[in-house]
Amino acid sequence: MSLIEEIDFGTPRSKSETMVTLTIDGNQVTVPEGTSIMRAAMDAGHQIPKLCATDMVDAFGSCRLCLVEIEGRAGTPASCTTPVMPGLVVHTQTERLKKLRKGVMELYISDHPLDCLTCGANGDCELQDMAGAVGLRDVRYGYEGENHVFAKTDGCTNDHWMPKDESNPYFTYDPSKCIVCSRCVRACEEVQGTFALTISGRGFDSRVSPGMSESFLGSECVSCGACVQACPTATLTEKSVIEIGQPEHSVVTTCAYCGVGCAFKAEMRGEEVVRMVPYKDGKANRGHSCVKGRFAWGYTNHKERILNPMIRERIEDPWREVSWDEAFSFAAAKMRGIQTKYGRDAIGGITSSRCTNEETYLVQKLIRAGFGNNNVDTCARVCHSPTGYGLATTFGTSAGTQDFDSVEDTDVVVVIGANPASAHPVFASRLKKRLRQGAKLIVIDPRRTEMVESPHVKALHLPLMPGTNVAVMTALAHVIVTEGLVNEAFVRERCDWNEFEEWATFVAQPNNSPEATAILTGVDPKALREAARTYATGGNGAIYYGLGVTEHSQGSTTVIAIANLAMATGNIGRPGVGVNPLRGQNNVQGSCDMGSFPHELPGYRHISGDAVRDQFEALWNVKLNPEPGLRIPNMFDAAVEGTFMGIYVQGEDILQSDPNTSHVVAALSAMECVIVHDLFLNETANYAHVFLPGSSFLEKDGTFTNAERRIQRVRKVMTPKNGLADWEVTIGLAKAMGFEMNYKHPSEIMDEIAALTPTFAGVSYAKLDELGSVQWPCNEKAPEGTPVMHIDGFVRGKGKFVVTEYVATDERTGPRYPLLLTTGRILSQYNVGAQTRRTDNVVWHAEDRLEIHPHDAEQRGVRDGDWVRLKSRAGETTLRAEITDRVAPGVVYTTFHHPDTQANVITTDYSDWATNCPEYKVTAVQVSPSNGPSDWQKAYDAQARHSRRIAPAEAAE
Amino acid sequence: MSPDRLIYMANQIGKFFQSQGQDKAVPGIAEHIKKFWDPRMKRAIFAHLDAGGAGMEPNVREAIASLKQATALPTTP
Repeated sequence: MSLIEEIDFGTPRSKSETMVTLTIDGNQVTVPEGTSIMRAAMDAGHQIPKLCATDMVDAFGSCRLCLVEIEGRAGTPASCTTPVMPGLVVHTQTERLKKLRKGVMELYISDHPLDCLTCGANGDCELQDMAGAVGLRDVRYGYEGENHVFAKTDGCTNDHWMPKDESNPYFTYDPSKCIVCSRCVRACEEVQGTFALTISGRGFDSRVSPGMSESFLGSECVSCGACVQACPTATLTEKSVIEIGQPEHSVVTTCAYCGVGCAFKAEMRGEEVVRMVPYKDGKANRGHSCVKGRFAWGYTNHKERILNPMIRERIEDPWREVSWDEAFSFAAAKMRGIQTKYGRDAIGGITSSRCTNEETYLVQKLIRAGFGNNNVDTCARVCHSPTGYGLATTFGTSAGTQDFDSVEDTDVVVVIGANPASAHPVFASRLKKRLRQGAKLIVIDPRRTEMVESPHVKALHLPLMPGTNVAVMTALAHVIVTEGLVNEAFVRERCDWNEFEEWATFVAQPNNSPEATAILTGVDPKALREAARTYATGGNGAIYYGLGVTEHSQGSTTVIAIANLAMATGNIGRPGVGVNPLRGQNNVQGSCDMGSFPHELPGYRHISGDAVRDQFEALWNVKLNPEPGLRIPNMFDAAVEGTFMGIYVQGEDILQSDPNTSHVVAALSAMECVIVHDLFLNETANYAHVFLPGSSFLEKDGTFTNAERRIQRVRKVMTPKNGLADWEVTIGLAKAMGFEMNYKHPSEIMDEIAALTPTFAGVSYAKLDELGSVQWPCNEKAPEGTPVMHIDGFVRGKGKFVVTEYVATDERTGPRYPLLLTTGRILSQYNVGAQTRRTDNVVWHAEDRLEIHPHDAEQRGVRDGDWVRLKSRAGETTLRAEITDRVAPGVVYTTFHHPDTQANVITTDYSDWATNCPEYKVTAVQVSPSNGPSDWQKAYDAQARHSRRIAPAEAAE
Repeated sequence: MSPDRLIYMANQIGKFFQSQGQDKAVPGIAEHIKKFWDPRMKRAIFAHLDAGGAGMEPNVREAIASLKQATALPTTP
């Protein structure tokens, strides 16, 4: 193994299909039109010296090192900014060029520290490389003149010198090493789209400046790491590199945070991670990253991580550390005992959307084949289960239709109930890049999110009241139908015409017009009409949506309404269009694909189908139960009722993430055996009897499937600190329960998945190694996978229009609960925060805050930063207020990243009609000033502290 | 399981299918419950129907009755 060196071509790839041939250093080179001479030379294997050029950003032409000579042209043009032309004859190394380059390097080095041996970038410094490349042996100007290097010159303070900025927890800015190449500034603009950096001053005074000469932490910087990656010197360097040194080998793997699924190089020294660097060939992220994947991996070594299995009889007892075997047999005896006492269906499990496909597959296999029932569910229940239902009903597949590259061909983007800038940041950057090129953006969201207004991006914002998605979608459809904007040719060819006509008649009813529904939705009818026209007629229209769509009592209906819109306008089946759910967790798509839903075997096939069951029964050698099992909320109800008494939860904190915490507490307390398999003693573990320590994504092999259906490898870079990878733990538990599963490596599990799942038939580790990744369906028809679905027709045959009538949620505001609470996420934290709270990301978000409009705050006497009590019919908690007009009057907003706030104490039992996905996004609440934690918070904290005690090990004899 | 919760869920399903007309609504509701409810939930709603079916919308009641007739559920395992 060695360090994976990616070639830097200096300037971005040209997409042109016209080819141009020229001669560089005597070699004929053929490249796409629009390619720079620098890139063409690199293609031919000739590296032209460069400093300000890198292929992640456009050419800039400032360093004057990449000069070339072109026959018949005067002067020495910069090869990065000079495009190729047919027949050019280029020389990259001549006496004249050598002299010029050496002179340029002399100037650079005369104002640069010569501490190479102790420098953080030693061994990975382009300035050092270029000094070597041009044969710099001497600096005629000396080092004593005006400079940015020394704090003092001749005993006097040097005004040009600036101290290091160590404010960002993950990287250092050392201005004394800066060569002002602007790569960081351009990466922040072009790649990330934040525009946090600039060059202040002119000439010798030019400095990289975060914001208005602020600290990095104090500026708009979102810590994505693009600038650090772009920096050719030690000016911007990861603190981990400064501390540990340069990595010696690297392994390509997949980020374990959100559903974007960024590919990273884990750069290692032995078994120690030095840094995670986004991988240019990663097809989801194309070399970009966010603060979580790039930097927030320190949780894997956090002191609170549990490394030994633990058991206890009662949750009031302290934990007792035991061997794996003892933990397995204790758990197995409890679970089998429950089945004997309460029946076969009295136990079940939850697969993890953070674990690999292989691990998820094994957990559902254990439940279906080992437990003998179908009581298996996954966290998708509480996020995107309506997507599965809605898209399967209308299109015939339970997944998004595009790849992320598709956004580059989009003309109109509609973002509904999603805030990619916070929750899917790398996709947001790719989207913003397209928007800066001129694509239009429509945002449908109760809040004015970061997507609505960002540098050079202005969206048409439809701020709707929470809970009125269906009314808004149907009103959009009303405009499209009544104004004659339907793509009739598409509908006639691809969809069921009768169903379309029924639907069109329904949406055309006057009571569905924007004007008639405005009273419910709060959306300006004019703006809504403009949005509908833009989407229907503005070219390629693509819809991206998130949990603001699904987590409602009409979540599935909204997904169907979105699919209806895409079909009616013909925005499906080619690059640039489509319906794209932004999936939350890294492998939530995969966990659904792998048969984590109680009614479906892997590949979304209903458990009642005899032919499908036969296949699995033959290979697994068991009889399967043909009846669907319990979904998560049903499990809780059944537990309280006393018919569901044992659960195995892998990598999911149901207590913190599921709604109506008091109800979840009641359910977990009623159970006789709760097995938690996780990295940390999470909130659910406070009610657990068995704790099986988990392994991180760095410690195991497997695959994740991202929101684009892309299957990517997760590669082990270190030995599991807890001793076993998660798939091995499930096998151990299964064995103790008398169900043998024999696999030596996760690749064998994938082979079984491929054998049983038609959409995965062509997937193998060998293929993933060869192609890097594939998007399912991957089978005989599509051996290299399927980037865009439904190209020549829908998977189900004809596209199905379904009438979507708006039904108001039963969660209503009234005199006692006059405000609507909606919940969401923030960039630096992830889900319940179990991982990100155990990293330095807490500097950005140390607590959940309640966003409240100034008008509502004033009425209640609440000032910014005050503690407030947030109360709903389900419960109450306290947190601090943040006064902002991002939310409309009547709406309040918070995140759910911190267990001491427990936003889900407030949320209710209401759920999606089709899938029981909880209605997190609408809760009627009251807000009032508060003096401190609620009684519930105090009791919760006391119980948690009591429950987390671990008995000291007994002294050896 | 608590019939109240199941009645609420069944009526909620009923509301989605309502706009499709009774011809489609009744089989639609029945099929949905057949596909997504676990046997103990089905047993409980059938028992509630036998006990008079209070609180169920007419379409839902009809759907549950038709589903009950077509289903041979295993008794408590």
